[in-house]
Amino acid sequence: MIAKLILRDKEYEVKPGMTLLDALKKINVTPESVIATRDGEMITDDEIVRSGDAIKLIAVISGGGA
Amino acid sequence: MKCRKCGNKASIHMRQHKLALCKEHYLDWIPEQTERFIKKYQMFARDEKILVAVSGGKDSLSLWDILARLGYQADGLYLALGIDEGINYSHESQRLSQKFADEHNLKLHVVDIEKEYGKNIPQLAVISHRGDGRPCAVCGLAKRHEMNRIARDLGYDALATGHNLDDEAAVLFGNTLNWLSEYILRQSPVLPASSDGLSRKVKPLCRFYEREMTAYAILRGIEYIYEECPFATGSQAILYKETLNQLETARPGAKLTFFLNFLEAKKSGNLFVEKNVEMQRLHSCPRCGQPTSAPELCSFCRMIQKAETISTM
Repeated sequence: MIAKLILRDKEYEVKPGMTLLDALKKINVTPESVIATRDGEMITDDEIVRSGDAIKLIAVISGGGA
Repeated sequence: MKCRKCGNKASIHMRQHKLALCKEHYLDWIPEQTERFIKKYQMFARDEKILVAVSGGKDSLSLWDILARLGYQADGLYLALGIDEGINYSHESQRLSQKFADEHNLKLHVVDIEKEYGKNIPQLAVISHRGDGRPCAVCGLAKRHEMNRIARDLGYDALATGHNLDDEAAVLFGNTLNWLSEYILRQSPVLPASSDGLSRKVKPLCRFYEREMTAYAILRGIEYIYEECPFATGSQAILYKETLNQLETARPGAKLTFFLNFLEAKKSGNLFVEKNVEMQRLHSCPRCGQPTSAPELCSFCRMIQKAETISTM
């Protein structure tokens, strides 16, 4: 079973067993530019990505104002 | 990774500080640090009235939340810019700002640009031909003008904005790439009030990374507008932020060092070899009374005058 990283409307599949930091590098997402949550809880990037995970990535960069 | 303070599971790791914290201790740490920065840069005192510029985004709502938690007298100002672009952007951001104010029993002033001046921001951008097809230049000009006007007219002691370290570092990076020395010298956590009519402007979040402010908003359960301003996509500011984040990933602390060393160099007077440009004398705009660099209508009033001329044609 694979794990998924979800950023906005995109889904990336990664192999379980690596750290979140390595998974982010693998899918070319700059770790500094996202916050990761699993089951609604924020997680740090040393966490191991587990089989069946659906990790939601929240983009942090904003460049405008309403 | 464990929280440095209690040993429980950490929610965030801040590489640049070599510090990991759990939710509870992170939500204490952010206001403590904000208070430290307010004092360090002498932004404002407890008995002063603060106007927080609120956009419905994570930074400004978090700033308002922090100042309220710290017990400061902080009211909000929301500027309705009239940006729709098929996603109701301004409407949604106003709804979230008002919701936050209502839930926290805080006072929110709302100024609708179209009601005040007859045109919204995208319309003013088309009429004024500023900004190469993007309304961002007009938006920035209108925001600066209106925030200063409201802060001055309603008697606030300081205008607080939610600029974070990534915002400041991106501006500094852009100005340095172009060696815009006057802009570089003007950048500061505090811009003092002037006798010409400029309100004091303060940036209490200027030492927090954007990622830290996002974490704060999430952990505090603040509902903010997640979607980017539709006109900001592909902007220079975002390009600079992404570039700096790549540098930060390779060298943790690079953004913080870039900004703090700049502030130190500026304070020491050694930023540029030549002694610095004397502050230009400001004039009063004959139409709105706000300070402007030339002895004629300010840029904002020139734009509105043009819009009025076109409306009557």
